[in-house]
Amino acid sequence: MLLSIENLQVYYGAIHALQGIHFSVEKGEIVALIGANGAGKSTTLNTISGILRPREGKISFDGQEIQQTPPQDIVRKGIIQVPEGRKIFGRMAVWENLEMGAYTQKDRAVIKRDVESVFDRFPRLRERRNQLSGTLSGGEQQMLAIARGLMAHPTLLLLDEPSMGLSPLLVEQIFDIIQDINEQGTSILLVEQNAQMALAIADRAYVLETGKIVMQGTGDDLLEDKSVIEAYLGGH
Amino acid sequence: MENKSSPRFPLLLRVSRYIRPIVGVIIAIFLAWQLYSVIVVQHNFSADTWVRFGLSGLILGGMYALIAIGYTLVYGIMFMINFAHGEVMMLGAFGGYFMLELLRFIPMPTSANPNLNFLNAYPIVSIILAFTAGISVSALAGYLLEKIAYRPLRKAPRLILLITAIGASIFLQNLAMLLFGPTRKNVINPDILDRGAGWTWMVSGNPVLIPYTGVFSLVLSALLMIGLYLVVQRSKLGRAMRAVAQDKNTASLMGVDVDDVISKTFIISGVLAGAAGVMWDIHMGLVNHYIGFLPGIKAFTAAVMGGIGNIPGAMLGGMFLGIIESIGPAALGIDFQLKDVIAFSILVLVLIVRPSGILGEKLSEEKL
Repeated sequence: MLLSIENLQVYYGAIHALQGIHFSVEKGEIVALIGANGAGKSTTLNTISGILRPREGKISFDGQEIQQTPPQDIVRKGIIQVPEGRKIFGRMAVWENLEMGAYTQKDRAVIKRDVESVFDRFPRLRERRNQLSGTLSGGEQQMLAIARGLMAHPTLLLLDEPSMGLSPLLVEQIFDIIQDINEQGTSILLVEQNAQMALAIADRAYVLETGKIVMQGTGDDLLEDKSVIEAYLGGH
Repeated sequence: MENKSSPRFPLLLRVSRYIRPIVGVIIAIFLAWQLYSVIVVQHNFSADTWVRFGLSGLILGGMYALIAIGYTLVYGIMFMINFAHGEVMMLGAFGGYFMLELLRFIPMPTSANPNLNFLNAYPIVSIILAFTAGISVSALAGYLLEKIAYRPLRKAPRLILLITAIGASIFLQNLAMLLFGPTRKNVINPDILDRGAGWTWMVSGNPVLIPYTGVFSLVLSALLMIGLYLVVQRSKLGRAMRAVAQDKNTASLMGVDVDDVISKTFIISGVLAGAAGVMWDIHMGLVNHYIGFLPGIKAFTAAVMGGIGNIPGAMLGGMFLGIIESIGPAALGIDFQLKDVIAFSILVLVLIVRPSGILGEKLSEEKL
């Protein structure tokens, strides 16, 4: 098991944001975490990344407990988050953002090679390598955010709402890219409000509701589940 | 502020929108009239005097700029005004002073000159050692200040940090007074940097002295500023500093140790302040526990004037303030002892007319 989460309890002050959730990600999987606004999806990712500290519970990655590890060391273990809302460094050029993604990499030659391979995957970014990234379009910014995440050679990639604010065509494109990244060996934990798309590419999925996991199953199972369709897929 | 939809005071609101430009124009007219009457009508000073004022302003401005960068770097990364920064500079000045004194008491007699000491036998080495000592003391002071006083307050409201900084400033001032005594100490330079020596430049028939110490300070501050700019723009640490300044959480998701970057920012600020402190030793020649206070708040003024958080702005603001302060009293025909009033009037004016500073951008919500 690559990532396993047991009885995770997270509070924001008095608000009990995660009320004891359990789930796991196996090597090579795409696992989707779906749910409405405020269900605790981003909280879960930020707790895994070490930005939030759980009050109780265990997070193990590759057999090591990491719930007390600071974020910069979690990055070095191979868990990379692409945060919600892209969070690119807007006042830095595109190439500088990629350099930031490779912050833990000391070998200049490796960074150079990785930048090239990222540019091969996202040719639009190569065209705009010297542009301030704050001036990119929404879709380009999302690609830059994913590209920046890939620069760190993630073992497990945490993607927080990669489809947010993008046109349907771009959403398709981003999900193709996610599948492609997964096929090359990176495990993915995907948080999405676009449940339809997320479930379509996920091996397994969990449904989060007000800090609790209320349902789990394979992506296909959940896509056909009546209550999921009603709650998240807008069906009747 | 510009609440156009309010029906109750439409006239007042329409006026209030123009208050800033109106205040600006009135002040500009007043200043222009004053300058005209002093320089053209009264003609109190000849050209060489103005050059002298400008020169000393430029030299002072270099030091202000170095200190101002420290304010701006720390503000950019932590959104706090480190009011103890002037004291960091003062400690650096003491570091340089004690090193020069120490070297002066190492005898190095030769047959030609039995009274020779290390300071004059190896003047360049001595100056380098003085800067090393001053910079080390300031860097250490900046590092410890952050570690002891500010780090425990990382999550506290910003007003608390501000009060802590003022407290740290008073503490360091009094600590220096206790350790080194309240008297003024004369700094004795190596002979090659004698304070009275310099090049002479004839301006309208009168000699103007361009002191070696001043040129030395100015060149060194320019080099340090270029160095800093390269570090911030080109190095990995500089990139991490900019990332932390933009978004701490996301920077930590890249593997940046935010606390470590903040520590290093304080060390870099300390290095620049320490260099300014030793320049103060060498050019001004007087040290006591109080010398950091005024340059500190003036450099703060300079940083605000340039747009706080903006590094070129701090450099420009520092130079500008130094020049204004030394030319101002003569140009406005007021007493020379009022030069500090000019500096702080500028602070008030900048805050009224353009709170974001000359090069400043509008502060985002996150920073407020």
